[in-house]
Amino acid sequence: MVERKGALARILPHLVLLTGVAIVAFPVYLALIGATHESSVIANGQMPLTPGGAALDSYYRAIVIGPSRTTREPVGTMLLNSFTMAMLIAVGKIAISLLSAFAVVYFRFPFRKAAFWMIFITLMLPVEVRIYPTYKVAADLGLLDTMAGLTLPLIASATATLLFRQFFMTVPDELVEASKIDGAGPMKFFFDTLLPLSRTNMAALFVILFIYGWNQYLWPLLITTRDDMQTIVIGIKKMIVTSDAITEWQIVMATAVLAMLPPVLIVIVMQKLFVRGLVETEK
Amino acid sequence: MASVTLSAVSKIYHGGVEAVRGVSFEVPDGSFCVLVGPSGCGKSTLLRMIAGLETITGGTVRIGERVVNDIEPADRDIAMVFQNYALYPHMSVYDNMAYGLRNRGTPKAEIEARVAEAARILAIEPFLDRRPRQLSGGQRQRVAMGRAIVRKPQVFLFDEPLSNLDAKLRVQMRVEIKRLQRSLGVTSVYVTHDQVEAMTLSDVLVVMNAGQVEQIGRPIDLYRKPATRFVAGFLGSPAMNFLPGTVVDARTVSIGGGTLRVAPGTGTAGPGTTVEVGIRPEDLRIAAPGEGLRVAVEFIEELGATQLVHGRLGDAPLTIQVATGEAPSGDAFEIAASPEALHLFDPATTARL
Repeated sequence: MVERKGALARILPHLVLLTGVAIVAFPVYLALIGATHESSVIANGQMPLTPGGAALDSYYRAIVIGPSRTTREPVGTMLLNSFTMAMLIAVGKIAISLLSAFAVVYFRFPFRKAAFWMIFITLMLPVEVRIYPTYKVAADLGLLDTMAGLTLPLIASATATLLFRQFFMTVPDELVEASKIDGAGPMKFFFDTLLPLSRTNMAALFVILFIYGWNQYLWPLLITTRDDMQTIVIGIKKMIVTSDAITEWQIVMATAVLAMLPPVLIVIVMQKLFVRGLVETEK
Repeated sequence: MASVTLSAVSKIYHGGVEAVRGVSFEVPDGSFCVLVGPSGCGKSTLLRMIAGLETITGGTVRIGERVVNDIEPADRDIAMVFQNYALYPHMSVYDNMAYGLRNRGTPKAEIEARVAEAARILAIEPFLDRRPRQLSGGQRQRVAMGRAIVRKPQVFLFDEPLSNLDAKLRVQMRVEIKRLQRSLGVTSVYVTHDQVEAMTLSDVLVVMNAGQVEQIGRPIDLYRKPATRFVAGFLGSPAMNFLPGTVVDARTVSIGGGTLRVAPGTGTAGPGTTVEVGIRPEDLRIAAPGEGLRVAVEFIEELGATQLVHGRLGDAPLTIQVATGEAPSGDAFEIAASPEALHLFDPATTARL
């Protein structure tokens, strides 16, 4: 009796978890399978669960040619745009946040508290809320359809600033003093000591911010109109909505799979640092 | 090498807190000066002003002939050892020691030679490639000292460097610091709240209290002739006993119903004046019945070589240190002290009479 109960108690959590995995993984599986069939198969209302034979063709057409009737740009360009945007956003956010946290924590300047609270308040104003004024400013500065316009408004980041501020405050004051005595000025201390100590935090943040940048939809939709500036997230959306042609589902699926790859790769590559950055408390 | 001279140095923090008030003293070239006092007495602030980590509100600090008030810490030609060592966690032991030299543009060969020399002196050669976190507390302490040594500074500054170590290691490192300072001959200023460290390490001992210097001198002089009740109570372990007494005549004070003789030359006051009589626990001895002051025994602490008898003389608590086996067995006994062992203090000013 007791043993049977024990066995059930052990199996049940696994069943729950497996169900969860299945729910998450099934759409991904469908996308993988969908990309391997001829365009006519899905268009006819079938959704096969076994792979077809058109995989190479689908990916080739997606990456190099693009679905000619809708987006006009190959997915390769979109991937590059998305990657550039996500990289600039992640790196930019980290650089700006590091410097502003450094200023707020280590320097006594007039209105330091005010500056800190203003940064803090922007937490309550994400892009979606301030989208009209931000668009107006970007347009007036002539940033429409440029990479700068795409990334700059998304770079200012209160979250990362706060995170680095918290981290910097745990760095012992004596380390600053030792640096002073060792003849390191403020920026030298920043680069020689603070940056290396923030390495794992930066890695964790980079992963999160890269995915944040990669998944941007609303802002790129507004700021870019040129086809060669399109990001992959918008590209997928445009491929689906067609008024005068059949949606090429196999290419949409292939594009979706391709869109998933870079964030997955980033997570895998930075996994070790990422986890350490989230859990590490030792200084 | 250089001397360190403080003239009327004071520190007032924003908000008006006076951490250090008008402190003046000189640390002669090559000597070991210890600043000791209870926490919050301003000793660390004073050290940090010498280092240049705190601004100086008033007075001047001189290192050698140079007034350093407005000179950056890195240019004061000092090295500092911090309480938590403050080693750079991401650098190897070698880099920790070499960092300051690199920032000064010391030639690479010279850096290598100096680090190797310091590592040899401190016996940390096997750890040069390790990170600080892979070292024990004592080893980190050595690295911190190594970082100070390689700079070949005019002055070493120590901010309670041993307080994070366990008792045994503390004694060992204390001896090493003393030996090192002797052999290098570098002027040193050392802050501690531990009176044993203060007594053993210092050539010049500065006892501080509430932002002011209570007494400066050779440690043994401070121990033998404390200038104030504070110094008397602070130096020495177990701490000095203080008993309320009344002056009978120039050579006698009465305490708790009995009398004790005072040595000639000891300052005293007119007959009938109340005074505080300080007697160190090790200066008290057990007297034959009827010959001394009666003490009620409360309990006895065994220290191995000696015993501490805690009791009361009248209402005043009293501690007596005797060799093991000499403690009285009853619940009361009588004590006596030689005339030289008595220190008389004015209860109002707390100054030595």
